[in-house]
Amino acid sequence: MISRLANPTRFMTASGAVLPVLAGATPLVLLVGLYLALIVAPPDYQQGESVRIMFVHVPAAIMAEGVYYFVALASFIALVWRHPLADIGAQAAAPLGAAFTLVCLITGSLWGRPMWGTWWAWDARLTSVLVLFFLYLGYIALANAFDDPSRGARAASVLALIGVVDLPIIKFSVNWWNTLHQPASILRAGGPTIDKSMLVPLIVMALGYALLFATLLLVRMRTALNERRARALQLATAPASPSAGASPVLR
Amino acid sequence: MSGFGQWAAMGGYAAFVWPAYGVAVAILSGITAQSWWRYRASRRGLDRLQGMSRGRL
Repeated sequence: MISRLANPTRFMTASGAVLPVLAGATPLVLLVGLYLALIVAPPDYQQGESVRIMFVHVPAAIMAEGVYYFVALASFIALVWRHPLADIGAQAAAPLGAAFTLVCLITGSLWGRPMWGTWWAWDARLTSVLVLFFLYLGYIALANAFDDPSRGARAASVLALIGVVDLPIIKFSVNWWNTLHQPASILRAGGPTIDKSMLVPLIVMALGYALLFATLLLVRMRTALNERRARALQLATAPASPSAGASPVLR
Repeated sequence: MSGFGQWAAMGGYAAFVWPAYGVAVAILSGITAQSWWRYRASRRGLDRLQGMSRGRL
């Protein structure tokens, strides 16, 4: 099915059908998630109401890592099989991953101040997430650094694959080193240690973030395909219309 | 303090909780708006070019 959809025309048709559903479900799920997080979930017996930061911080952390896995997988497919949509998918996802990582870092800092007494510490978990943010920025910069987009895509794909080494460091940093950050309490062997009254809002918010990612990924991939089609059309009509090159959209 | 005031005070952590939600909403809304505007611009550009190329035929 994936290889069938990897045809750009089929992808445009299929994504055009799915996009309205995703775009409608995303705000609904996020609003329910916010209601559960801010009103229904109880305060923590130790952290009090500050625990509500968890409902925007943890899903952002999950997405930050998850999106990087997606970028790396798409980069691998682009490098090995030269799939036409793989580069487009990876490049569409990277800014979204960077945005989730930034949300994770800032909300983590706002949670850390009242709980740890500091906005930031060069602790293994925090530092490895900061490295992930720089990996995203490096990927985006490298993909756009060459006149030939295919060379940029290839260089960025290599960086994405090298950067995968940061993901297990993020995951296991809290076990390998003595860190300020607490150990895993949700995605761990043996199941979550968090109470159901907090786990449900967390899952709903994570689902909302995932739907937002899927919606924006499709929108950005469709944008890239539109821009490529426009560029091809522009090249095809260039001899007859020398002024076409001045379009600000098509560069 | 009223029920709403008490809730908004977040047990004394309002200065951390609300900025955290504000930052999350701002960043995610920002990237949503940027993605959507660029998509609309790409569609307009493509439609214009397709119209031009059809007119030439």
